[in-house]
Amino acid sequence: MRIPCPWCGDRPLSEFTYGGDASKARPKNPEKASPEEWVDYVYLRDNPAGKHTEYWHHSGGCRSWLMVTRDTRSHEISRAVLAKPQPGGATS
Amino acid sequence: MRYSLGSIIRNAATGHKHWPKQWREPEPKKAYDIVLVGGGGHGLATAYYLARNHGLTNIAVLEKGYLGNGNIGRNTTIVRSNYLCPENSQFYEHSLKLWEGLSRDLNYNVMLSQRGALVVFHTPAQRDAAIRRGNALRLNGVDAVLLDTAGVKKLAPAIDCSPTARFPVLGGMLQPRGGSVRHDAVAWGFARGADAHGVDIIQNCEVTGFRIEKDRVRGVETSRGSIAAKKVGIVVAGRSSLVGQMAGLRLPIESHVLQCFVTEAIKPVLDTVVSFGAAHFSIVQSDKGGLVFNGDLDGYNSYAQRGNMAVVENVAASAVSFMPCMSRLRLLRHWGGINDMTMDGSPIITKTPVKGLFFNGGWCYGGFKATPASGWTYAHLIANGEPHPLASSYLLERFETGLVINESGTGPLPGTH
Amino acid sequence: MSRQTNRLPEGGLVDRTQVISFTFDGRKFKAHPGDTLASALLANGIHLTGRSFKYHRPRGIYTAGAEEPNALVTLGNGGRTEPNTPATMVEVYDGLKARSQNRWPSLKFDLLSVNSLLKPFFPAGFYYKTFMWPRSFWYRLYEPMIRRAAGLGTLANESDPDRYETAHTQCDVLVVGAGPAGLMATREAARAGVNVLLVDEQPLPGGHLTGEADKVDGKSGAAWAAGMADELRAMENVCILSRTTVYGRYDGMTFGAVERVGDHLSPDSALPRQRGWTIQTRQLINAAGAIERPLVFAGNDRPGVMLAGAARVYVNRYGVLPGRNVVVFTNNDDAYRTARDLSQAGANVTLVDSRAKEKVHSRGVLPASVEMHFEQYISKVKGRSHVGRVTLAPSGTEIACDLVCVSGGWTPSLHLLSHVGHRPEWDEASTSFVMKEPGDEARAAGGAAATFDLNETLREGSKAGKAAAEACGHGIPGKTNLPKADDLPAYHIEPLWRVPSAMSRADGSFVDLQNDVTVADLELATREGFGHAEHAKRYTTLGMATDQGKLANVNALGILSQLQGRPISETGTTTFRPLTAPAAFGAIAGQARGSAFRPIRRSAMHLWHENHGAVFTQAGLWLRPYFYPREDEDFAAAVKREVLAVRSSIGMVDVSTLGKIELKGPDAGNFLDRLYINAFSKMKVHRARYGVMLREDGMVFDDGTVSRLGESHYFITVTTANASAVMQHMEFCHQVHWPHLDVQFCTVSETWAAMAVAGPKARDVLARAVNGLHLENHAFPFMAVGEGTIGGAPVRVFRISFSGELAYEVYTPAGYGADVWEAIMAAGESDGITAYGTEAMTVMRTEKGHVAGPELDGRTTAADLGLGGMMSVRKNFIGRWMASRSGLEGQDRLQLVGLKPVRSDETFRMGAHLVKDIGVTGVDVSHGHISTSVYSPTCDHFIGLAMLRNGRERHGETLQVVSPLHDESVSVEVVGPVFSDPDGEKMRG
Repeated sequence: MRIPCPWCGDRPLSEFTYGGDASKARPKNPEKASPEEWVDYVYLRDNPAGKHTEYWHHSGGCRSWLMVTRDTRSHEISRAVLAKPQPGGATS
Repeated sequence: MRYSLGSIIRNAATGHKHWPKQWREPEPKKAYDIVLVGGGGHGLATAYYLARNHGLTNIAVLEKGYLGNGNIGRNTTIVRSNYLCPENSQFYEHSLKLWEGLSRDLNYNVMLSQRGALVVFHTPAQRDAAIRRGNALRLNGVDAVLLDTAGVKKLAPAIDCSPTARFPVLGGMLQPRGGSVRHDAVAWGFARGADAHGVDIIQNCEVTGFRIEKDRVRGVETSRGSIAAKKVGIVVAGRSSLVGQMAGLRLPIESHVLQCFVTEAIKPVLDTVVSFGAAHFSIVQSDKGGLVFNGDLDGYNSYAQRGNMAVVENVAASAVSFMPCMSRLRLLRHWGGINDMTMDGSPIITKTPVKGLFFNGGWCYGGFKATPASGWTYAHLIANGEPHPLASSYLLERFETGLVINESGTGPLPGTH
Repeated sequence: MSRQTNRLPEGGLVDRTQVISFTFDGRKFKAHPGDTLASALLANGIHLTGRSFKYHRPRGIYTAGAEEPNALVTLGNGGRTEPNTPATMVEVYDGLKARSQNRWPSLKFDLLSVNSLLKPFFPAGFYYKTFMWPRSFWYRLYEPMIRRAAGLGTLANESDPDRYETAHTQCDVLVVGAGPAGLMATREAARAGVNVLLVDEQPLPGGHLTGEADKVDGKSGAAWAAGMADELRAMENVCILSRTTVYGRYDGMTFGAVERVGDHLSPDSALPRQRGWTIQTRQLINAAGAIERPLVFAGNDRPGVMLAGAARVYVNRYGVLPGRNVVVFTNNDDAYRTARDLSQAGANVTLVDSRAKEKVHSRGVLPASVEMHFEQYISKVKGRSHVGRVTLAPSGTEIACDLVCVSGGWTPSLHLLSHVGHRPEWDEASTSFVMKEPGDEARAAGGAAATFDLNETLREGSKAGKAAAEACGHGIPGKTNLPKADDLPAYHIEPLWRVPSAMSRADGSFVDLQNDVTVADLELATREGFGHAEHAKRYTTLGMATDQGKLANVNALGILSQLQGRPISETGTTTFRPLTAPAAFGAIAGQARGSAFRPIRRSAMHLWHENHGAVFTQAGLWLRPYFYPREDEDFAAAVKREVLAVRSSIGMVDVSTLGKIELKGPDAGNFLDRLYINAFSKMKVHRARYGVMLREDGMVFDDGTVSRLGESHYFITVTTANASAVMQHMEFCHQVHWPHLDVQFCTVSETWAAMAVAGPKARDVLARAVNGLHLENHAFPFMAVGEGTIGGAPVRVFRISFSGELAYEVYTPAGYGADVWEAIMAAGESDGITAYGTEAMTVMRTEKGHVAGPELDGRTTAADLGLGGMMSVRKNFIGRWMASRSGLEGQDRLQLVGLKPVRSDETFRMGAHLVKDIGVTGVDVSHGHISTSVYSPTCDHFIGLAMLRNGRERHGETLQVVSPLHDESVSVEVVGPVFSDPDGEKMRG
């Protein structure tokens, strides 16, 4: 598998570390989040067979965390952007 | 027909022309007391024990493809109960005891081979962790023996036990009753056993939805029509989240691919199941002669029953480093199984918010060895509506209370268990 | 050494000017360079080469390629022993030694061939139905018997002395197979300007052309291919790898391949034996050809039965005539060429075709001397260790023969098109599976696309090369010159999955030769409900031998479809999984073995430790000094001496393996406040503090120190084990959760060497060594941070104590590590400064009640460890919210306590458990476990840290420490976890 890192280009899987589901953000106001919201964020997953938005860390490269959209059946990657919001509002 | 040496001799005389089908191929009825979704090892075991232990036989097992096409036939066939967490060790010990009587109980030789399961350690810290685990097992009434380097060498001469090895072997923890089982035979044996009790095993019947009225399950929709049921049990390793979603469940599960590997068949070279301490790598030699082993998870969500090359290279490197004699042995085939990994690494056997709907899944790496106990305790839950004492820690509530069962200690990162 | 009885007087591609010799089962034979072991054995009249897996039936050479199911031999001796090697793939070199396998005492007389007689009692799956009584007999008797009988060759339990390496390459177009299609594809793609890698498993280019008599452009196929290969080699955008098998395709157009670099040379060659390739490409052209199928009839496994195409290869490529009286049995036109070529080489040939005469296109290619039988089948074969006679049905004609060539048609090699999930479909016209939708990145040409006409193959190859180049964005200039091959009649085939049951016994008709699966086994499987193709395979073991069903699978599907009365398309398909052909672990692992498997990490002071007699221990990938024994000292004595030296004077330990991260930026303090349970943003500059991080689920993740070097400059240490995980976690938190925080950080773990100087004399000694830093207590108190130099090298000094003594951690750029270490050693010499290892460090931290790895096992909360009070309630930090769940605050948690033996001379070990009563078993018997236990020289008795159920409430209680593994039990008293200097006067003094 290859992942197109927005900084480094198409790089082999061995340079990356998986970071799991990226579809749910950490509660914005931790104090106000209910226990159910925390359980949902920390433990529960949609785990779809199909397009999955997920974090990957380019640990053997530029050290960026990426948000990658990948089909979990074919491993086809349709989108890969930096997880860190970029100046100007764009995400990559 | 009861199987025995005599029945084989009798059938040999007639050219084996009179063996009956091992299970029927019935058409689905309109309604059952219990419908089990999933005709893999655990589903078939559940059906068998519902009939055998609870006298319930108006049951259908619905299988999307052919029975036993999932993980029951894609694993490394290892059975053991050497778990650290007491909730796990007591459960898997029950499973191992069921394995020990299973061939006779089913009248089907599943070829349990108790050649021992050895976990090798390489550092003082690993040794201490192994001792902690071994003692936990012994206090739980489970067998465990501590071996020194010479003991490991004697048991498995193929392992590089020299002091110059990259990760020198300091010793190992052996569970003498661990071993391996012929995996496909488990599915077939349970299927034949359940069928003999009158359970309908329906292949090529995909469940496409659940009929739920007022928070109570009424049946399932399938590719072969609606089937009504008073109780429905989901038991679909590798598809848990997808089937769960049809019933509105969002689960603490990620599906990952674990690759298995088999070599060409060779004469016996390894008489024990061995797991290494310096890399995720365990290996067993099958009765046919192939070395069967697995490495690490590929590490990302996957429903593709195939793995990637980095793991192949890693596994090859582990193999030749731990067992240098494997260098000229050839890898024959590798494939992937979908492991439903829970967030703490331990399974889930539970009621659900929908009355009459039960869920069994999230077996991580432990699914195969758990097969009989999973069926046994799930049957208990479905029959009685209350968890079996051996599986009472495997409820979904543990993620809310924090009483998770985290063997690996790596927390809610399913790819690391 | 005898004459090569079956070598033709001329012809073939072997080098007849040289004669080399090899041995098989100890007998010496002659051969020529260019021979395979199989061709050389056939040249010497040897057919019997092996025994089958289950029934130990005598078997001969069946193919001329990698798919060989029968002629598997063992090469080499000792560490070079290589079992299960297809004789068809072994290039003979002078001195080669091969031996047969899976037989005892000899190949000709194998005792286990008794299995063949007992065959009626060993149908498919018989073992599921028996061996259950009595229970212990299974593992004591039956299973050991089965295990010994099974398996093929034997592996030597020795290290492989040969060298392997791995290599990576990239190309635009990967062409697999250097046959006519592959050569044309390569040329066309290369002409377009893309980079092409052409990979072929044979030593010579040409694929099946090397074994054919037919001509291309007026030249022999082999000569044409050699010319093409020369032309391609001269192009700088083409690379050709021969003797290389592409074993697998992985996601993202990554391919694995093994190149047999030195296998065809004598083992003394300086070259690596094999090279494992990782190939990255944009386009794949699968020109891997096709594999011939056997025909299924009783006795089809006898030595002397061979694939028709293979026989042709032996004649045309190797100049070997495998038999003089030949019966060719076919259901298709291709085998007519075999009849033609063998007849022209001097054999008496009889052709048996299952088809009606009028369906056959190729009668015209045969010389008049070939006798033909249409609508006839071979029903019986006579001759146990070699065929002697066949009987035809329905005519009943008997024909004496010494070679039976069979062809059941051709199966395209679809492996590389299928490995990433594409599904082949059944194609009636070619009677084979084809890949109709291989995706945008792959295409097939030639035999792999079920194209069996040579001119069409050449055209298709050219077209595929062009299309692949276009897919890479390169058009082709100019016109394509297509070579012209001899025209042959069209390929026609009529399925014959098995000779009809009325004519030929099912139980002697082999479908899978190596695994001994017969038609009768498939019938039984169907009868018992295992009709699905996957069930049948698993029940009978069909397709699971070393050839992975390359020969058997399609025939088996055909037979199953007949038995079940449904078309093949509904019966199932074959799943292709890597590897396309078995590959040695050594080649896939390459250099990554021995010391290069997970390379060792050493600190900057490693040599000093080595020179001073350190015994090392592994910490992750690091080697760390465990202890430094002096003459006659054992482990315990050395550790005791090291501890006492620190407690009474001074010692120094290498702590370079700690993870180190440097942070800068106005929000650095804020960032750390969010990561750790305690706060750092208000900590004074030039101060350090112990910190604890949780995971998001509320469990302790890591601990270490945080130091503030400037207003917006921090430096943290993390545990050796978690160094990379913490960095990754911090990057995640910063980039994903809190990107608005203005902070930058990077790992400096390798940048700094680090050492801890500890003991009452630490200040005096360090003061002598360091310049530019005042170490007096008032100027540099406990938890102070400062900078200076030692011997000119810059150092950072942190007054941090893990041992509980007056102590300093000294950090210096790694390049100065050894110098600074030695400078402090020199400064401390007069005070008897002692290097200590990780064990003495463990002893001292245990005396002090500091937690470490064994306590931080990922299942403990801060509260469990007695660190709950550190959790700030005034800020948000990772893990705070999940740590407050009911189950993590309950009474029955395992909590950190100290232990001491009731009788001070008694010992207990790590990993032992705490119980109330001895000799009881059960789930709740263990109250906890010993996480750390050491002999404390300070207390002069054993002490321990333990995780004990509800432990903080149980100080003063007496419990039993048991280690059932060692049959040990000791009474201990539960105490607080701090044994030495509980008020910290020493480290503050």
